[in-house]
Amino acid sequence: MSLELVVSNIYKSYDSKSVLRDCSFSFRKGETHVIMGHNGSGKSTFLRICALLEAPDKGEVNYLSGSNILRKDIVLKRRMTLLLPGVGVFNATAFKNVAYGLRIRAIKREEIVERVNRILEFVGLIHKKNQNALTLSSGEIQRIGIARAMVIEPEILFLDEPTASVDQENTEIIEDIILKMRKEGKPIIITTHDKVQAERLADRLLIMQNGKIIS
Amino acid sequence: MPFAPVIVKIYLIFSMNSIIDGFIKSFSLIINLDKELLGIIFLSLNVSGTALVISTLIGVPAGTIIGLKRFPGRGFIISLLNTFMGLPPVVVGLFVYLLLSRSGPLGFMGLLYTPSAMVAAQTVLAFPIVASLCHSAIVNVNPIIKQASVTLGATPYQVATTIVREVRYGILSGIIAGFGRVMAEVGAILIVGGNIAGYTRVMTTTIALETDKGNFELALALGIILLIISFLINILLHIIQRKGRLKTAI
Ligand SMILES: Nc1ncnc2c1ncn2[C@@H]1O[C@H](COP(=O)(O)OP(=O)(O)O)[C@@H](O)[C@H]1O
Ligand SMILES: [Mg+2]
Repeated sequence: MSLELVVSNIYKSYDSKSVLRDCSFSFRKGETHVIMGHNGSGKSTFLRICALLEAPDKGEVNYLSGSNILRKDIVLKRRMTLLLPGVGVFNATAFKNVAYGLRIRAIKREEIVERVNRILEFVGLIHKKNQNALTLSSGEIQRIGIARAMVIEPEILFLDEPTASVDQENTEIIEDIILKMRKEGKPIIITTHDKVQAERLADRLLIMQNGKIIS
Repeated sequence: MPFAPVIVKIYLIFSMNSIIDGFIKSFSLIINLDKELLGIIFLSLNVSGTALVISTLIGVPAGTIIGLKRFPGRGFIISLLNTFMGLPPVVVGLFVYLLLSRSGPLGFMGLLYTPSAMVAAQTVLAFPIVASLCHSAIVNVNPIIKQASVTLGATPYQVATTIVREVRYGILSGIIAGFGRVMAEVGAILIVGGNIAGYTRVMTTTIALETDKGNFELALALGIILLIISFLINILLHIIQRKGRLKTAI
């Protein structure tokens, strides 16, 4: 049932600019991993490759279930999700945004309504469920992004700088959400450039510098 | 010499009177729901509406594919669509005429001078507008929308439908712009329809014909209706574009 992620010796460059160099890591089940590093150190690229949105130039990303290496198909991809730094909400209500991942999985209407309402309650946005998501504040949009990711109950959740463009109040709300998920044993991989936040959230801390994982 | 201004004045009064007279008669045609008038309006809406439905059914998928996929010849197709968007209706009318005329490749269908021929010509006019505006709406969508749907587990087909839904207001604007173009054109529909009374005579061709004959009442009545329709189309377009602009609200 549970997924294990093993990254071995990956390299990535964009137009001859080397972004990741020889990155390896085994992510343990049920732990919150925080990847910390300066802007441009390669955190987002690493996360996108881990979440199977991009392929590395060299090296391997493998998902294991027991001792089986899983095929990187849509079935596996649907067991994880990544929250992009800009979220990318759709021009639709908060409710429809959160319901998206369930709708494309052809889940029954009543179940969608029930799960979406529960998650909106959890992120504190149930009172805005009929508002167009594009008209929400950036902190609320980030929370919609978290709700939209959580509602599909991913076995691994990647969050790319979830509090980077968010005010203090929303940062606290979002950190609380993450801590609650951590308590429930949901495996989470977060990037941040905020050291205090990294220490507050992490079971395990990775430091990234110039495209390398240095600890 | 001193008489000249007086003559001009008298002439003006007479012609003003005939214009005012025309207006009064045209309003009475509209208010009394004149049968001939209604028939012409209905045929216009029917022909242009059918052409628009066909253009939408082909144009939206075509614009979506051109917007999302990279394939050889794509740039050429985009240029072709843009060229057709600006083509004068008479030229399109001529092409369709040659296709449908008895010696043409589709002559065996016997469609020339029928409403079907008019639908065909207007489809050729509206399709490039619908497809091209759909394409530009899709290529201008923020790339994060595509990425977000992929991260949430969408299949390639679901990604495409998500993007289409995201730019729905832009696509709708394209459809309405296409309707505006076909409702207003005379050239194509005149050439392939032949302007046969009670059969292929629509609003714009009637206006052209009746004005030529000096019968202003019917022409004016239809002109007023066309004006109202075009006004309504523009209000609708405005509302839709305002809704679509929500996208840049943040
Ligand atoms: N799609 C891309 N195309 C070209 N360069 C990229 C792309 N993505 C990232 N980069 C470059 O890779 C480097 C690392 O970027 P990123 O992974 O976003 O770092 P971080 O998330 O740590 O700020 C940067 O120099 C950035 O300009
Ligand atoms: Mg980043």
